[in-house]
Amino acid sequence: MVPDATFTSYYGRPVVKPSPWELDIPAYLFLGGLAAGSSLLGAGADLSDRPVLRRAGRLGALAAISLSLVALVRDLGRPSRFLNMMRVLKPTSPMSVGTWILTAYGPGAAVAGAAEAARLLPINLGLIGRLLDVAARPAGLAAAGVAPAVASYTGVLLSDTATPAWHDAHRELPFLFVSSAAAASGGFGMLTAPLDEAGPARRMAVGGALAELAIEQRMEHSMGLSAETLHTGTAGTLMKASKALTLGGALGAAFLGGRSRTAAAISGAALMAGSACTRFGVFEAGQHSAKDPKYTVVPQRERLNRRRAGGNQPTTEEAR
Amino acid sequence: MSTQAFGSSGIDQAFGSSGLDQAFGSSDPNGPARDAGWEDSPPRVGFFTDTSICIGCKACEVACKEWNGNPDDGFDLLGSSFDNTGQLSGSTWRHVAFIEQRRPAGTAAGVFLGMPESPARPPVELGMPSLSRPGDSGDTDGRTEFRWLMSSDVCKHCTNAACLDVCPTGALFRTEFGTVVVQDDICNGCGYCVPACPYGVIDRRIGEQGTKNVGLAQKCTLCYDRLKVGQTPACAQACPTQSIQFGTLDELRERAVDRVQTLHDAGVSEARLYGEDPAGGTGGSGAFFLLLDEPEVYGLPPDPVATTADLPRMWKHAGLAAAGFLAAAVTAFAGRRR
Ligand code: SF4
Ligand code: SF4
Ligand code: SF4
Repeated sequence: MVPDATFTSYYGRPVVKPSPWELDIPAYLFLGGLAAGSSLLGAGADLSDRPVLRRAGRLGALAAISLSLVALVRDLGRPSRFLNMMRVLKPTSPMSVGTWILTAYGPGAAVAGAAEAARLLPINLGLIGRLLDVAARPAGLAAAGVAPAVASYTGVLLSDTATPAWHDAHRELPFLFVSSAAAASGGFGMLTAPLDEAGPARRMAVGGALAELAIEQRMEHSMGLSAETLHTGTAGTLMKASKALTLGGALGAAFLGGRSRTAAAISGAALMAGSACTRFGVFEAGQHSAKDPKYTVVPQRERLNRRRAGGNQPTTEEAR
Repeated sequence: MSTQAFGSSGIDQAFGSSGLDQAFGSSDPNGPARDAGWEDSPPRVGFFTDTSICIGCKACEVACKEWNGNPDDGFDLLGSSFDNTGQLSGSTWRHVAFIEQRRPAGTAAGVFLGMPESPARPPVELGMPSLSRPGDSGDTDGRTEFRWLMSSDVCKHCTNAACLDVCPTGALFRTEFGTVVVQDDICNGCGYCVPACPYGVIDRRIGEQGTKNVGLAQKCTLCYDRLKVGQTPACAQACPTQSIQFGTLDELRERAVDRVQTLHDAGVSEARLYGEDPAGGTGGSGAFFLLLDEPEVYGLPPDPVATTADLPRMWKHAGLAAAGFLAAAVTAFAGRRR
């Protein structure tokens, strides 16, 4: 941990502005990850003949991505102008790239999900139902192909900002978020599919959870001063809860999840909750790190002093 | 400045179809407008804010509000010297910072800083507690010296502008003058530019439903409307001491270097330029400053960086992470048949 540094600020006011985002955004991060993993599970279950897991995956993905889009639109200053996102494609804007990733992902997830929903309906949809049945597999596979990008781009979305705790985590954040997505969706699979179909979900859940714990640890070490914000206040509570839930869920899934349906469901739910805590925790840590000038001033001052002292430090940390 | 008006069609031309301003590299500090696709662009313009002669009258804040019709941020007493504005915001595009410093007597700050063109008129009562600033008398016997620092902050119109890079709608664009401007009819208030700006400048306008441009990202336009008809930006026009100097960037840079030299010669060794260095993390800004203390004293970041410079690496990490996720899913299914 970096020792407490003294620093100067202007009446303790923030130097950079915290994002104006509300809790819609961490909710979106969680739901987007859940949708992505569920699409992967749904497609795998489709190909390996696991009907219940397939249905859960596809329906879960559709529900999660729909809710996440609602969250995204709600958080805009002018929700009615949502479609202005589609005016341009800018590789320099992770939000623009993300918009197009979601645009590529959405239709496949929607068709696969709709096909499952149609089968559940008590009425026969006739031609539409048959068309959906035919389209379900290619649509589900297409969605699964884009799904990993849905889960990982959000890491870049947060870290391409001047928010200290987000940018300082830019090496690990995409990895943390896909692991968290794997844990959440694996957990969802365990919660919804019977034991004899849930094997892949369990493996994904355990793998994702362990990776999430390991990467989080690594991230805290590489972030520098702003790692503090993961340990204090709301973010600290959330991250602590995340670790407990994720570890507990992983142990439960690994040792009991294959034997007891109840244990599988409880572990699965714990993993989902753990993933949500991770997203809200990282979000809150970032907001806090922007509001406290310490996390902007101290590292920049140190970097500047190092550079002035003669070592030609690259400004953009290109070396790392 | 030419008085020729620039047609609004120029705005569309600036985007091309991709909306790409500066790709992943650094823009040419002299020609960000050219890099953005403007042909025959006029010379890049900006501000040189010489804080050593700012008297804290806030005429710039008022002129900006008046000219742009910006609403107030509420009227609060903040307990921070004469600063009851607080910070730049979606409705406040100029902000005068006030710092009261107590230092041991006899330091260089005591010398008279002088105005570049000393006013022939007698000083006007500006509502300050006294006409001479505490500590100005130069008499250092047996007391602690006190000084005011005042500085009018504004959007830096960065060469590498993170706000512009990350804007997903193309609402933020580079004008023919090399400045960075939000198009109010395109911004959807996604708010991404807000945490992206390394100077904490741009913000979503907060206000009651029905307030002009509420919910949209707002900041200094460097008076784009005035520039287009050959006028000086309102804040610079209103500044009574020429602390805010508007002009072409080349000329401002020369003037700034001269001014620092003058101050150094007069013994004000702490005078330094801030934000003008093209080697800096934002590629040198269009609005730069002469400061009398470290930037963080004024609430400015000491070493700001446009994080989009790291984007290629960040995308690489995201790609690897995505590939890993796919591989993990395949492995999960390739395992035992259960
Ligand atoms: S100071 Fe901030 S808002 Fe102004 S151009 Fe630079 S990045 Fe954009
Ligand atoms: S809030 Fe407006 S200007 Fe800012 S990034 Fe979003 S669309 Fe662009
Ligand atoms: S240039 Fe115009 S918009 Fe910018 S601060 Fe000055 S008056 Fe306001």
